[in-house]
Amino acid sequence: MTGRAAANASVPARFKPGDAVSVRRAHPPGHIRTPWYIRGHRGTVVHALGPFANPEELAYNRPGLPAQPLYRVRFRQREVWPDYVGNEADTLDIEIFQHWLEPAGGER
Amino acid sequence: MSEPHSHAHEHHDHAHPHRHPPRPDTDDTLGHFQIMEIAVRELLIGKGIVSPDEIQRAIEAMDTRGEALGAKIIARAWTDPAFKARLMADGTAAVRDFGVDMGTTRLFVVENTPTVHNVVVCTLCSCYPRMVLGLPPDWYKSRNYRSRTVREPRAVLQEFGTIVPADKEVRVHDSTADMRYLVLPERPAGTEGWSAERLAALVSRDAMIGVAIARTPA
Amino acid sequence: MREPIRGHHDMGGLPAGRVEKTEHDYAFWEKRVDALNVLLAAKGHLRVDEMRKNIEALPPDAYDRMTYYERWISAIANTLLQRGVLTADELGRKMEEIARREGVSP
Repeated sequence: MTGRAAANASVPARFKPGDAVSVRRAHPPGHIRTPWYIRGHRGTVVHALGPFANPEELAYNRPGLPAQPLYRVRFRQREVWPDYVGNEADTLDIEIFQHWLEPAGGER
Repeated sequence: MSEPHSHAHEHHDHAHPHRHPPRPDTDDTLGHFQIMEIAVRELLIGKGIVSPDEIQRAIEAMDTRGEALGAKIIARAWTDPAFKARLMADGTAAVRDFGVDMGTTRLFVVENTPTVHNVVVCTLCSCYPRMVLGLPPDWYKSRNYRSRTVREPRAVLQEFGTIVPADKEVRVHDSTADMRYLVLPERPAGTEGWSAERLAALVSRDAMIGVAIARTPA
Repeated sequence: MREPIRGHHDMGGLPAGRVEKTEHDYAFWEKRVDALNVLLAAKGHLRVDEMRKNIEALPPDAYDRMTYYERWISAIANTLLQRGVLTADELGRKMEEIARREGVSP
């Protein structure tokens, strides 16, 4: 089962649109859908997408429950790439699972 | 009863405006992985897990998807504000009007505006809105596109002949989960009063990925 | 080795060359692989994340040298082996049989 999971089989949502979050700088082995390049970076939640079964578990044909809230998180390119060429306003949106996010704290 | 051989099955592809040379099924001999495909398929058919009919129907279904279907959706969004609102609010539900079933994925339509240009990539694999646009082009799945689009989108767009003004925001979407992205290009100027059918001809697959913009009237 | 190892598939942001805008109409065998993937997922015999995991596990040079659908059929086969739907022995023997039939080496 992939996709939306029953509410009682999911972790409660911690974040909402507008929240500043950091991507954990962790490097576990396994099937990880948080790209390497974004780990350790700060972004802003733009959309709370609801709970999804965890692909890290689905990869081994396990149910991936409880489902993890998934978010679209927006990053500023200038903050992700030190040598970024483009507009200051250019952004990068990525879907990231809640267990990879921590509150960033403080104003951006 | 022998099972179908890889090269014996005649298949009529639907008419498609932009044909490219096909890779031949067999150059002179079958490769290892082609043999693997035959073996897996024959074993699964033998075990009753799949049937030749199902495989054929799945191929035909994928062949019906492509640029034309996507362009129809875009043209309807340009001409029907109520549809556009539904498309932006819930793309998955809205495209059911066109018989599109997104399955376990969700369709997100991202709109190009005077201030934002969107482009889509899947750095980790090749996630693509297949249920609308059909199978992705080789370049979308290539190392170079997957590596560079998140880091230097403007340079990649320039390689496609697309220059985004310096004061416009370029927003890259990296499809890492179950969302599939379709770019809604800006409607070109000079198309006032055009029918949806006429507008659809201006919308390319590349514009719906975000590496191009809609064609302008000649 | 002191550093974590980045997956070969996890390539966002790495240096790379110009995008070659190659396209090809898919060969029949490639469409059959795609169809098999769709059907097996719909029937619950594989999940897309099992497929991805198996592709990610390919050695880097194999990943680079294999074509897209070669990686997919390899991943389908590995998933079915992992699930016990097929055994390596029956797959190997079937591939030998096909090779004999077609006059090639397996």
